[in-house]
Amino acid sequence: MIEVKNLYKSFGEHHVLQDISVSFEPGKINLIIGGSGSGKSVLTKCMVGLHEIDSGSIKYDGKEFTTMNFKQKKEIRKDIGMLFQASALFDSLTVEENVLFPLEMYTKQTRKEMLERVDFCLDRVNLENANKLYPAELSGGMKKRVGIARAIALNPKYLFCDEPNSGLDPFTGIVIDQLIQEITKEYNMTTIVITHDMNSVMETGENIMFLYQGKNWWQGDNNEIVKSDNKELSEFVFASKIMKQFKNI
Amino acid sequence: MITLFENIGAYFILLSRVFKKPDNYKLIFKQTIHEMVSLGIGSLGLIAIISVFMGAVVTIQTATNMNNPLLPGYLVGFATRESFILELAPTVMSLILAGKIGSNVASEIGTMRISDQIDALEIMGVNSASYLVFPKIVASLIFIPIIVIYSMALGIIGGLLVSMYFDGMTLNDYILGIRFDFKMFSITYALIKSVFFAFIITSIPSYFGYYVKGGALEIGKASTKSVVYSSITILIINYLLTQMLLV
Repeated sequence: MIEVKNLYKSFGEHHVLQDISVSFEPGKINLIIGGSGSGKSVLTKCMVGLHEIDSGSIKYDGKEFTTMNFKQKKEIRKDIGMLFQASALFDSLTVEENVLFPLEMYTKQTRKEMLERVDFCLDRVNLENANKLYPAELSGGMKKRVGIARAIALNPKYLFCDEPNSGLDPFTGIVIDQLIQEITKEYNMTTIVITHDMNSVMETGENIMFLYQGKNWWQGDNNEIVKSDNKELSEFVFASKIMKQFKNI
Repeated sequence: MITLFENIGAYFILLSRVFKKPDNYKLIFKQTIHEMVSLGIGSLGLIAIISVFMGAVVTIQTATNMNNPLLPGYLVGFATRESFILELAPTVMSLILAGKIGSNVASEIGTMRISDQIDALEIMGVNSASYLVFPKIVASLIFIPIIVIYSMALGIIGGLLVSMYFDGMTLNDYILGIRFDFKMFSITYALIKSVFFAFIITSIPSYFGYYVKGGALEIGKASTKSVVYSSITILIINYLLTQMLLV
């Protein structure tokens, strides 16, 4: 479980996050939604330690992350997998080497064991015969799959996904969503997904947090979001005509 | 002025992260070999062409300007050797490498920064500065002195080829000049300089690439800046080392 309490973060005079308190539970898809510039990515980067926070607390299974030194943070980070919006695969490495990277860095397994794990992870994301390809040779959907395979290589407890289905066609987007959902249940991970995609919100949102102007504006699940009368949330979620019709049904 | 000091401070902060104990020696070693191949071997062709032609040109220019019968013929070979060993091979080749390797390093690391690859390393708990920059510095500290020796040899060979057909000088005079009053310290001096330059050629572009913000346009700017700052630093360090070692 990840618990965030009274988190504040600003860049100069610009207050990006204000008094954010939220809990993300294991075995669930926890969604962070909100408009552009609402602070979703900054919140995620604060949680994984890429940004220093101004004040507040971030706890991983009860352990305070913000006061840890580099070595202690490193131990927590071994349990974190992250899927980036642009996949962030290492360009100079093949698919196999990308997934192998965290294993080589942190495990003392033999080469054979590591390669077996790589094959397992790539199979798990339904990616076959791509081991020797470079990221430049992959489609958007394949890159996301490799990103997920790399993120789960070390069996993480926490999985962060930054807009996992952005830039993908609707079908591939759904496949990626389902994959994240399956992996989350299978390994009982605490999964946090940043998304703009309302299909994902309705399909997978078990715990949804709506960020508005840097504040935790609303929290609930995919059933509650339809019934909510929160004005800003409704304007965001039901922005299109189709979604408005869906709400009225 | 403040920005300059901020940059210098940030550069040394980056270096302090680069020289922290590596996370995994095996991976760093693998990466160093990769860098030696990509940065070092990849530069051999260019350096060979430049050195041979520069050696030939220096020989012709010296010969045409020393047609006084009172000057001994071997001075052409002597001048070519001295200029190549003392200045052209260590300094001019380093300036050329600052352009070739520097822009490559800055754009490679800069692209990794803007495409979140550096963030991905950090989230995995990897010291990205050490993993990305340390192997480049080590590789250049090993191969740039080798390239400098290689350039000296090829420059002198370039002059030798010209001396075989150029009117007004003989091959024997050239060879005599190359062997005349040779001081081993000149090679040591050139190698000391090349070690300093090797460090500059990789560390300054790494700094500009590592802290790049924005997109493709900023990567281009960082790449240009890295070449300019590396070249200026090489020239300043060259002056200081020459003052310290030769005077």
